[in-house]
Amino acid sequence: MGVLENKFSDNLITTTVDSLINWGHKTSMWPLIMGTACCAIEMMAVGYSRFDVLERFGMLYRFSPRQSDVMLVTGTVTKKMAPVVKTIYDQMSEPKWVIAVGSCAISGNIYNSYSTLQGVDRIIPVDVYVPGCPPIPEAITYGIMELQRQIESGRRLRKKVPVTDVTAQPHENVDLIRRPGRVGMPTAQDYAAHLDDDVLSTPSTYQQLEGSFPKKSDD
Amino acid sequence: MQESLQIVVQRVQEKFGEAVLGVTEFRDEVTVRVKREVWRELHEFLKLDPDCNFNLCVDVTAADYPLRDQRFDIVCHMLSLNKAHRLRTKAATDERIASLAPVWRTANWEERETYDLFGVVFEGHPDLRRIMMPEDWEGYPLRKDYPLEGYDSQGLPG
Repeated sequence: MGVLENKFSDNLITTTVDSLINWGHKTSMWPLIMGTACCAIEMMAVGYSRFDVLERFGMLYRFSPRQSDVMLVTGTVTKKMAPVVKTIYDQMSEPKWVIAVGSCAISGNIYNSYSTLQGVDRIIPVDVYVPGCPPIPEAITYGIMELQRQIESGRRLRKKVPVTDVTAQPHENVDLIRRPGRVGMPTAQDYAAHLDDDVLSTPSTYQQLEGSFPKKSDD
Repeated sequence: MQESLQIVVQRVQEKFGEAVLGVTEFRDEVTVRVKREVWRELHEFLKLDPDCNFNLCVDVTAADYPLRDQRFDIVCHMLSLNKAHRLRTKAATDERIASLAPVWRTANWEERETYDLFGVVFEGHPDLRRIMMPEDWEGYPLRKDYPLEGYDSQGLPG
């Protein structure tokens, strides 16, 4: 496959072969379960008989990266787990896709702390993001169908469509983008400055703040 | 205070005398504060003495008071399954204290966790290395002066 990939122009044969290959890929996506936290419970619900999604899509949970095509990263990825996730992703054979399930896998969610990876897309490429905390099984199903749609429109033998917007620049340093939630949060130094305050009395900062508020007018 | 615990406190005060810095009770929870020098002996006594008989070590952990001279309070919770009483012991220290792992095997991992997150070194611990954080981790995350997002948080991935 590697020799023929993305080599041919569009014609009757290549489009037919492409659609055949894509049909094969999309109807037998075997997911590798990478259940790292509570979202994995919803992922299990997807597989069980109440929702019964997998059988209908020709999917079968696999526990080996060698046998699977789609990695379902479900849940918080800690920095200790991150190298493991990366290694397992590398062990999967091509072609491979990744679905990031849940807010934690997408962006770290509320765990903006020393131990949590701020989104699994910092270590592996992600094809479909399923938001939610946790996402309901229908949402995960929708994510799977979205991935099927992506695979359906993929180009295997045919050349890739050239990028139309030549002026578009990639982000120079994606990691430096700070989300709004991180602006103006108190730092450890702020807390350390008030460690010796009497807990029962009003903190001095509050008193300062009170003075700075505009006084209520009489009317 | 529970009757059996009164005996325990009395026995401890008899045995350790001046090393006992205070006994406090709050909502039926009894805390004995001791000097760090007797930390190991005290718990050996508490475990082996038939009146105390604390045969289960529930927790060994620490509390950080960064502005104090001896910044850590090491806290140990114990339970006696036979006598059905609980006790908490505390000792102030600066990053070094005797290990309780030879007394209770349970304390082994508890102390590894405390070492991992607070950087308290337990002297005499058989296998003192990180248990939760990655092995090459820098710093001790539960200390009060540790930044919430970690030392590498300034724009780096993670």
